[in-house]
Amino acid sequence: MSVEQVLFWAFGTCIVVGAAGVISARNAVNSAMALVATFFFLAGIYLLLWAPSLAVLQVLVYAGAIMVLFLFVIMLLSLSETESQGGRMTLSRILGGAAAAALLWALESTLLRIAPVARSMATAPSRDFGTLKSLGVLLYSQYLLPFEVVSLLLLVAIVGAVVVAKSRI
Amino acid sequence: MVPTSHYLILAAILFCMGMFGVLVRRNALVVFMCIELMLNAANLTFLAFARARQDMSGHAAAFFVIVVAAAEAAIGLAIMIAVFRSRGTLNIGEIKTMKY
Repeated sequence: MSVEQVLFWAFGTCIVVGAAGVISARNAVNSAMALVATFFFLAGIYLLLWAPSLAVLQVLVYAGAIMVLFLFVIMLLSLSETESQGGRMTLSRILGGAAAAALLWALESTLLRIAPVARSMATAPSRDFGTLKSLGVLLYSQYLLPFEVVSLLLLVAIVGAVVVAKSRI
Repeated sequence: MVPTSHYLILAAILFCMGMFGVLVRRNALVVFMCIELMLNAANLTFLAFARARQDMSGHAAAFFVIVVAAAEAAIGLAIMIAVFRSRGTLNIGEIKTMKY
């Protein structure tokens, strides 16, 4: 096994375990910490996919900013009470598990059929593939309009968050 | 070398786990975290195809997904604070009406 395979299986196992922790933890704070761990291992997977700039953004924006926001809200609302139904098999759990399993089966059968098309994983990409410089050039040339629209979206989100969360203006 | 299909199947597993959490959990904040898991699975798919096709457009798409997720988290958590302030719970089984 090459180093890439070892890292892929290690990170993949940690991601699945972390996601299982997110959906199974009783306490919301434990869910949030499992989600932070999942995001870190996902950043490792992004590095394996030659996307170092996206991996750094993942750690900075997701594991940093967004999860701190989540933890702030959890602690602000003091949601420490656990959910009432423990490890019982309720109807919604059975139906949800069946739906998720059906979707997974459909996705996997489709993905395994289209996978042989893309076979250029063996060749290493060019030197500037995935660097911050080439990503910036792409964003400011080909994707300039979406970039500006998304900055407007962030502005609207800031104003909207203040307006919605404030009790009285 | 790890083939593209491995990355895609990992993304599919992550997406389905997020969907299971959205369908099953009752705490609105945990449901929100599971939505973040599903967004990350989509990002992983974008990056896997970008690597396979040696095309950086997938990186731009993943970048935009991260930005939209940040905006969504800010607005969604503000809405949750407003909901919790008006009715004192975040259990989605008890939140049935828009107006309270």
